[in-house]
Amino acid sequence: MTRYVLKRLAGAALVLLALSVLVYALFYIAPGDPARLACGERCNPEQIAQVREQLGLNESVFTQFLHFLQGVFAGRDYSTGTGVLHCEAPCLGLSYQNDQQVTELVLERLGATASLALGAMVIWLVVGIGTGLLSALRRGGLTERTLTVLTLAGTGTPVFILGLLLLMAVCAYLQWLPFPTYVPLGEDPEQWAWNMLLPWLTLGFFESAKYARLTRSSTLETLAEDHIRTFRAYGVGERSVVTRHALRGAVPPVIALSAIDLGTMFGGAVLTESLFGIPGLGKTLIDGVRHVDLPVVVGIVLLTGVAVVLANVVADLLYALADRRVALT
Amino acid sequence: MTTLTDTPAPVAGTPATGPARQAWRRLRTRPAALASAAVLLLLVALALAAPLLAALAGQDPNTYHDDLVDSARGGVPYGAFGGASTDHWLGVEPGTGRDLFVRLLYGARISLLVAVGATVVQVLLGLLVGLAAGLGNRWIDATLGRITDVFLALPFLVLAIALTAVVPRDFPRPLLLILVIGLLGWAGTSRIVRAQTLTLKGLDFVAASRLAGSGRWRTARRELLPSLAAPVITYAAILVPTNIVVEASLSFLGVGVTPPTPSWGQMLSTAQTWFRADPAYVLLPAGLLFTTVLAFTVLGDAVRTALDPREAGRLGVGTRKETSR
Repeated sequence: MTRYVLKRLAGAALVLLALSVLVYALFYIAPGDPARLACGERCNPEQIAQVREQLGLNESVFTQFLHFLQGVFAGRDYSTGTGVLHCEAPCLGLSYQNDQQVTELVLERLGATASLALGAMVIWLVVGIGTGLLSALRRGGLTERTLTVLTLAGTGTPVFILGLLLLMAVCAYLQWLPFPTYVPLGEDPEQWAWNMLLPWLTLGFFESAKYARLTRSSTLETLAEDHIRTFRAYGVGERSVVTRHALRGAVPPVIALSAIDLGTMFGGAVLTESLFGIPGLGKTLIDGVRHVDLPVVVGIVLLTGVAVVLANVVADLLYALADRRVALT
Repeated sequence: MTTLTDTPAPVAGTPATGPARQAWRRLRTRPAALASAAVLLLLVALALAAPLLAALAGQDPNTYHDDLVDSARGGVPYGAFGGASTDHWLGVEPGTGRDLFVRLLYGARISLLVAVGATVVQVLLGLLVGLAAGLGNRWIDATLGRITDVFLALPFLVLAIALTAVVPRDFPRPLLLILVIGLLGWAGTSRIVRAQTLTLKGLDFVAASRLAGSGRWRTARRELLPSLAAPVITYAAILVPTNIVVEASLSFLGVGVTPPTPSWGQMLSTAQTWFRADPAYVLLPAGLLFTTVLAFTVLGDAVRTALDPREAGRLGVGTRKETSR
């Protein structure tokens, strides 16, 4: 077990190194002049040269990358002309916009993204597993057909259409809720929940279609297995067969997929966040792109990579814990 | 009297039995699939004929009509249903007064162009990498396998957004979108192609071709490619609607096609400010996008079932579908 985890983590570290090389290469070498971008529109050549000096852009690409890695693992110093700015250990650079440390910015925005993702997960687990089970157990009936059509429509619809229609119905026409504005949990938990309600419902319902399909197919697979037939032959009641035994087979894949989805969402549910104006990582990414703020963009892409890779390891572990037949090698 | 050399006369009504014909026969019996196909054919025809229809309606996508919107109320179109009239069949865009019917049609062109173009890139790259991994030696397979894993795990939308930021503004946007979506999304196809190639490689007809002296690539082209067609077509059918959603999402976020080129996603993004005043402007592009994606999804599902009945209702294993959230 420990060996397996270590092996996977080593593999993950390699993938992340490859990802950082790729991202670094793409974003620092391909486009125009980072110094000009960092300096802003109205900079004269001398100012640009000065910025280039400060950001260490005179050095070779390889040296720059080493400095970047050094920043991530040990921190680095930036000269600001008047003094020295120290950037603590997981240093992802400074924002071109306002010289804020990217790590700081990301941590600041993580709360909003986490609120959105975790709340939505509750909904997709309840709704997804519920409808999936229901349609697996009512096979061939009207219920199954209705649910199949609904989940098919759900998987195909872009999340922002669902969100737009909900906003239009609930906020503009019925006026049950005001248009959501983000309130941090620490500030006012009640307002936080009310304002997050629509984003949660949107993202939760959107995701639950996928989970319903997954639950349905894995439940059907489990129900067709020999040991279930044996249980039935022994006279175990149908309710008990489903809740005690079929669910046990249906849940592991759902848990694994949830871990992966949650990991991806920590890079921000970009569409949901920008539709509802939630100041999370996804919205920060989009703002970064608009202002061509490369350190912010690179930082968020890398962070998402870390989250996804770790989520994959966690998913495999959870899968093995939930289903003892899976061997970890 | 019959001799042994006589071929049996074809029995009337015997179904033709080529795999393509069998698939078509299965497909024909599914009304949902046929309806979807009809919807999509209509959409493609409308998109292709957009300039013609625009001329017929006497409109073009980029002319402003300030006289048709009420500047006192922030630019809401005069009249019911978003200002629909005999001149402007589906009304006009709030704020600018541009003809909505023509803009929606041109939006369909962009949507289909980008989605299909990106699918072609994804399939070609997937075939190339998958075949190389399946036919190459252990090291090639392992290396390509790792790369494929990385691409499958990448946060697709996040990277696509980031990539659109670094490319110069004057690079043609539709082409950029095709390349970005195509270059990021080939890994699923490559997995399927590799698995299929490994299976096929062990079969007699492929071995026979090698024994007869064909080289690797000749065997790949003559023997493997035809057998790969079914799974690849099936997967491509799922890729198209996904790509439509990705294009709409990027345009919705303001990093897709640049104005004034019309795009459904970008219309929906501006529509947010017109919920109350002009609901038609929200519902028309939303309905169109929803119908298109749904029709492609239903048709893709049906094609999969028709080409491989065993696969019916099963989730694609190892080919995680991209979701844009």
